[in-house]
Amino acid sequence: MAVSREEILEGLAEIVNEIAGIPNDEVTEEKSFTDDLDVDSLSMVEVVVAAEERFGVKIPDDDVKGLKTVGDAVGYITDHQS
Amino acid sequence: MNATNRTVVVTGVGATTPLGGDSATTWEGMVAGRSGVGVLTEEWAQELPVKIAARVAVEPLERLPKPVARKLDRSAQFALLATREAWADAGFTARAGDDAAADPTRVGAVVASGIGGVTTLLDQYDVLKEKGARRVSPHTVPMLMPNSPAANVGLEINAQAGAHAPVSACASGAEAVGYAVEMIRTGRADVVVAGGTEAAIHPLPIAAFANMMALSKNNDDPQGASRPYDKGRDGFVLGEGAGVVVLESAEHAARRGARVYCEILGQGLSGDAHHIAQPEPTGRGIATALQNLLDSSDLKPEQVVHLNAHATSTPQGDVAEVKALRRVLGEELDHVAISATKSMTGHLLGGAGGIETVATVLALHHRLAPPTINLDELDPEVDADVVRGEARVLPSGTIAAINNSFGFGGHNVVLAMRTV
Repeated sequence: MAVSREEILEGLAEIVNEIAGIPNDEVTEEKSFTDDLDVDSLSMVEVVVAAEERFGVKIPDDDVKGLKTVGDAVGYITDHQS
Repeated sequence: MNATNRTVVVTGVGATTPLGGDSATTWEGMVAGRSGVGVLTEEWAQELPVKIAARVAVEPLERLPKPVARKLDRSAQFALLATREAWADAGFTARAGDDAAADPTRVGAVVASGIGGVTTLLDQYDVLKEKGARRVSPHTVPMLMPNSPAANVGLEINAQAGAHAPVSACASGAEAVGYAVEMIRTGRADVVVAGGTEAAIHPLPIAAFANMMALSKNNDDPQGASRPYDKGRDGFVLGEGAGVVVLESAEHAARRGARVYCEILGQGLSGDAHHIAQPEPTGRGIATALQNLLDSSDLKPEQVVHLNAHATSTPQGDVAEVKALRRVLGEELDHVAISATKSMTGHLLGGAGGIETVATVLALHHRLAPPTINLDELDPEVDADVVRGEARVLPSGTIAAINNSFGFGGHNVVLAMRTV
């Protein structure tokens, strides 16, 4: 069953909080992972792997580059859910 | 004064050790003769022949936010905490550049570890085997590389003159201090954070050291297990933690009005070329290192009143060290109060030279030599004045001290400090 955008955002917020220590309510769709959320390129890999596990999607390395904002990730996961 | 002859002074100290979360509590513990050794309660320890170690007194996670800590190997966590203390103790209020008293291009970081991020390496190998390649942390390499503590300290203080990590097993921390002295002497830097760190309390290193017969197996009496110079010593106790000092050119320290603990006179180095892990029994290499120090520095043997020995509590090493000291110093050794602080902290491997440099600096500063605990029956081969029982007051006037560190592989590092 597909997960809603809100649930994906909530899940990503928990992941970002765990990895970068940013409060969940500050993780909003327009935020940039690197510029706003203290997620560098290495930590981004952690975010991706955690998101893959949580939402049952595969995010190939080449697609990770396109995920600049939280909204990009929410959209990607929404589109690729099985 | 030319750039190769600049005077180097100590302006800050920092530590996190089995005796305390900072240098002050560590020093209090040493003076009081407290042991930091305890029983390992982890499940894995029950399978090992050695079930004791000296854990840090304050867990780093109590002081580092989780997002910071999770990207640092435990050894780098210790180094970072010790550095923060030392940097503030030296009077800096922010990283170099943000505090105008330190020019980032003139600041260095030399922080060593004997075996680097070994727990990260082994933990991530477990992840690889149990959960697969995709789950291996992308932070693994920057966490496990042995230069990680130096690099992270460099990031913390904005050290742009250079970040270095000499590796020489249990002499690593002292070699780092010596390297930092040279950075300042030769004019490469004005301020350098230097020392050592180690975090190797993990079943694999313990099993490996135990199989070398290097560790004490005195599981029934953890606090009595580390007993340098005692007839009943049977090996060292593995410890963890970090110790660093802020070294500075005397001119730079004077210009900003910094408090000066003491001067670092220099270092003496040598290699045993004898055996990969056994100490050379006559102390030949150690004697060479000490002689090199005397030949190359302003250290006057008559001024030496204190020595922080390497003395790890192994049957051979403790005796070889004293033989070397007697050979080089002769009767001058009689007025040297020797302290084996590993009797309290355990052996921090690459961190040992760091915390023992801090201990030696504080011994001169407070004019107090810590006791060597657990010394019930002095080994008759130890022909030297070992401080036991109570801490001993050191003389007034200009006094000097020596800090010895030796590592597997035959690396010998002897450092000397003097009051100013």
